[in-house]
Amino acid sequence: MKISYNWIKNYLDLDVSATDLAEKIERTSVEVDSVVQPSAGLKKIVVGHVLSVKAHPDSDHLHICQVDVGDEEPSQIVCGAPNIAEGQNVIVALPGSRIADNVKIKRSKMRGVESAGMICALQEIGFPEDVVPKAYVDGIYVLPADAQPGAPVFDLLGMNDSLIDLDVTPNRGDMLSLNGTLRDLAAIYDQPVQLDVPEVKAEGPAVADQLTLHVDEALAPQYRMRLVRNLKIAPSPMWLQIRLWNAGMRPINNVVDVTNYVMLKYGQPLHAFDYDKFDGQDVYVRAAQADEKLTTLDENDHDLDPQDIVIADAKAPIALAGVMGGLSTAITDQTTTVAIESAVFDRTHIRKAAQRHNLHTDASQRFERGVNQAGVQDAADAAAQLFTELAGGEVQAGTVVGSNNQPDPAIIKLTLTRVNQVLGTLLSLDQVTHILDTLGFAVETADDEMTVTVPIRRNDIHIPADLLEEIARIYGYDKLPATLPTGRMTQGRLTPAQRLVRATRHSLEGLGLNQAISYALTTEDKAKMFLTHPDSQVTKLAWPMSVDHAVLRMNLVTGLLDDIAYNTARKVKDVALYEQGRVFYREDGQERPAEEEHIAGAVTGTLLPKAWNHPAQPVDFYQLKGIVEAYLQDMAVNGDVTFEANPQMKEMHPGRTADILIHGHKIGFMGQIHPTVAKAFKIGATMVFDLNLQAIIDMPKRANQYDVISRYPAITRDIAMLVDENVTNDQIMAVINRRGGAYLQSTKLFDVYAGDNVPAGKKSLAYTLTYQDKTATLVDDAVNQAFEKVTKRLESDLGAEIR
Amino acid sequence: MSLKDKLTALRQQGLADIEQATDLKAVNEIRVHLLGKKGPITEVLRGMRDLEASERPVVGAFANEVRDDLTTAVANRRETLENAALNARLAKEALDVTLPGTPVAKGEPHVIQQIIDQIEDLFLGMGYQVLSGPEVEEDKYNFEMMNLPKDHPARDMQDTFYITKEILMRTQTSPMQARTLEKHDFSQGPLKMISPGVVYRRDTDDPTHSHQFHQVEGLVIDKHVTMADLKGTLQVLAHELFGDKFDVRLRPSYFPFTEPSVEADITCFNCGGKGCSVCKQTGWIEVLGAGMVHPNVLKMAGVDPDVYGGFAFGVGPDRFAMLKYGVDDIRNFYLNDVRFLTQFTKKG
Repeated sequence: MKISYNWIKNYLDLDVSATDLAEKIERTSVEVDSVVQPSAGLKKIVVGHVLSVKAHPDSDHLHICQVDVGDEEPSQIVCGAPNIAEGQNVIVALPGSRIADNVKIKRSKMRGVESAGMICALQEIGFPEDVVPKAYVDGIYVLPADAQPGAPVFDLLGMNDSLIDLDVTPNRGDMLSLNGTLRDLAAIYDQPVQLDVPEVKAEGPAVADQLTLHVDEALAPQYRMRLVRNLKIAPSPMWLQIRLWNAGMRPINNVVDVTNYVMLKYGQPLHAFDYDKFDGQDVYVRAAQADEKLTTLDENDHDLDPQDIVIADAKAPIALAGVMGGLSTAITDQTTTVAIESAVFDRTHIRKAAQRHNLHTDASQRFERGVNQAGVQDAADAAAQLFTELAGGEVQAGTVVGSNNQPDPAIIKLTLTRVNQVLGTLLSLDQVTHILDTLGFAVETADDEMTVTVPIRRNDIHIPADLLEEIARIYGYDKLPATLPTGRMTQGRLTPAQRLVRATRHSLEGLGLNQAISYALTTEDKAKMFLTHPDSQVTKLAWPMSVDHAVLRMNLVTGLLDDIAYNTARKVKDVALYEQGRVFYREDGQERPAEEEHIAGAVTGTLLPKAWNHPAQPVDFYQLKGIVEAYLQDMAVNGDVTFEANPQMKEMHPGRTADILIHGHKIGFMGQIHPTVAKAFKIGATMVFDLNLQAIIDMPKRANQYDVISRYPAITRDIAMLVDENVTNDQIMAVINRRGGAYLQSTKLFDVYAGDNVPAGKKSLAYTLTYQDKTATLVDDAVNQAFEKVTKRLESDLGAEIR
Repeated sequence: MSLKDKLTALRQQGLADIEQATDLKAVNEIRVHLLGKKGPITEVLRGMRDLEASERPVVGAFANEVRDDLTTAVANRRETLENAALNARLAKEALDVTLPGTPVAKGEPHVIQQIIDQIEDLFLGMGYQVLSGPEVEEDKYNFEMMNLPKDHPARDMQDTFYITKEILMRTQTSPMQARTLEKHDFSQGPLKMISPGVVYRRDTDDPTHSHQFHQVEGLVIDKHVTMADLKGTLQVLAHELFGDKFDVRLRPSYFPFTEPSVEADITCFNCGGKGCSVCKQTGWIEVLGAGMVHPNVLKMAGVDPDVYGGFAFGVGPDRFAMLKYGVDDIRNFYLNDVRFLTQFTKKG
């Protein structure tokens, strides 16, 4: 809500600038979005009196005007507005002036005719189009007849004001009005405030004889109407139009403007019906029926919902209650009798209706947050009074009341001890009661206990904590001390699982992978790829924002491939990423998926970029395997890590994919993605792994252990052999390790070769075997014996041909 | 010529030759020639037989002296030449030390992770636990137990990805408050926790909005926890993340799960509080929401609000990272451009 600084100053004696006031509001009540002075940046814009208008000889729409701008001689100004006419007072931007958007106006020639400035529309001096009165939207604005030529226009148009735009939180509906804001400011500045009290002069016969209300009290706890006859519809006086446009509302006519003005001042939305358009004298407030329709004031048609509250006459709905009036009973230039509705509608119903019909109006915004339930009559009275003053209306006697359920004021008990205990302050009882008093809350004290009666207008205050907030904010958050919690000590430490997750990240970063955080919401197709739980069902969002993020991921790999695709498209060719996060598996029939921590990696291009002293080496299976092995070593999972070829995963290269097992349990996979998948993602050859991190967390771990380093020398023997090409390293290693003897310390593969010089269908492998005795110097004989034994087993078990 | 004269001449000539030798080979040849078994000194010594017995020791001593002198000269010359050769070789081995070092494979933690870790470490040091909860939550924990019943208007403030009517992607990490409060045994001590994690909102991605982002929720519940403690805690957090120069101020706000509710601002990074376009001339930047836990939240979790109370706060690491590093587009955090990921390399 935009609130006028000048309007506030009519009621409070404030010795602060608008910006300081706004800051105070922000620090104490609600957020302030902006403070705008409409005349800021504008200059030399004055009233001009149009003395004569004649057509431009070389144009079909331009006029040459002689305008009195307060100088001795009239100014000649060329104007293209269709509504320019002799005798008007207009807005003139003089030569050298500055209008909206920092545009400078100069003396110029228009189609050969001198023009000393420009006659302006309101939009041209900074008014938003949607507040300009309809009559002037497509042309220049016409100022009142008594405006003095040559005088600046800013005061006339209410532009020498500051408009403070309040961003009111859902609990502070009371701040959506001048009066509510004044009451808060009165407390903030510790000043009394005298609000206006409406005075109605009723002349006509009783309303009760002219209107009967039938109200569903659950939908409208309060509902009342006043009736005003013999109105003359006209534009509102300037002061009223200024109030409205400075609040961001378009002036329409004296009746509609009064209802809006009263809403701005009291916070109570009103609706004015053209009484003569009612079908009969009975007005109903009820739920809409399923097949009912309504055309609202904005000329949109709505199919009504049984959850909508409507105002209806005997025949049909005439308004969508609390949201917008109906077109059929709208105020027109011919209206003479107006029924003013002042009511309280159920908040939830209004909120839903505004959402359902996508009609978020100033009225619905206020009803949703709750209006001042003690001020319903005041607002109706204020409107009636203004109808008399501004439209010559004759107020009919009394108010018809269809429902009148005012809530009881909240009465809250609170002790001073509690106040200081929760806020951490040392306030006195006097200080606290004074704050509550300035807010208009009635306080009775007995020793340290206060009994506080909260005015009905503050519908956000129900419990002691609510009062604590009032006390704290008015006292000032800046005055609160800054301390740290005391009390019993607690131990802060990560759980073993949290430590392992951190270690996982550090390990992979040390191994050269960058941490990625990708989107967990993806497409159904991607969710279903690289599955390690093949039976898992996808979990879909009910109302996704986009098809790209509609389903929960069931693997981390596709997210990383998306990342690689993003990099590839930007010519970043070397990408090494890992991601730690959750995947979401759902069993058929379950509503909610299980969440499993995973760790995955993806590398494309090269791990080490080409440099002046070494060539680029494209990442391969074994490089990534080295990373996975080193990582698993860091995790110290108890059990052998093995890799088994898996030609079955359809997204993976059938010959370059391995399941990863720990102690025989599969915990993930690694390898090269299938070329068709790479193509679909528009990326190059990419190596990936995906491990069940939760499984790694849950598995037993080895502790670090000290092993004596032998003082005795080690002896090495190299062995090279030819084997069938389908014999694996694991098979050879198994034989060597099983048959290597007691002194075999380690076996290291140092060469693999197939091709020239090796018979077809065969490959050559070479290993270094290291022997060591921890307690004595080994003798060659012992080593020779052990080596011979292994050699024989390799020949017999694997058909190896030793070279 | 007497033997002595011969030796003297030999020495003179020998020393001159050694001095003139320019490489090790020449030095060696001189050594073999002068000091070898067939060399002139050996020959002179052989001639001693012809001398008188009284002269022999004198000439013998002199001959030894000459031999020692020549031996030393050879050794010195050799050392000199060896040093020169070594220096020449080292000179040839000189490198251009300004050539770049050989690249090593090095990965970086994600900038958001860095901020989360920093927050975790700070609060661990103050005795907080770190707890994480499910990302797919029940409406009950995400909203209802946070004092947001089904028809609450504040639900409109955070658009939610629902999966079913009761199951949703968590919009905040606050559900861990409820889950932990339900279980915590206060006889064992106060509850001090933070809960970091991913959250989801039904938003269209643009430079300032992301349907996925991070949150760290904090909660302290004990018998005497004050709003001043909240203010002090947030101040410590601001100092840790941004530096001791940064100040914190609180402003009233509204959250259904806290009362009083506040927004916390910190001194603007850009202008240090003087006022600039980044902070809209206020000198302050809004960074987080906080407040004293609403009694209803405690009650619903089975904690007696007349005995226990405390504060909660919610921090957005994405926003912190954007502010701290001037990142102008939140999507950078989730698109994982390597050129972005590898910018935040400072450790410690």
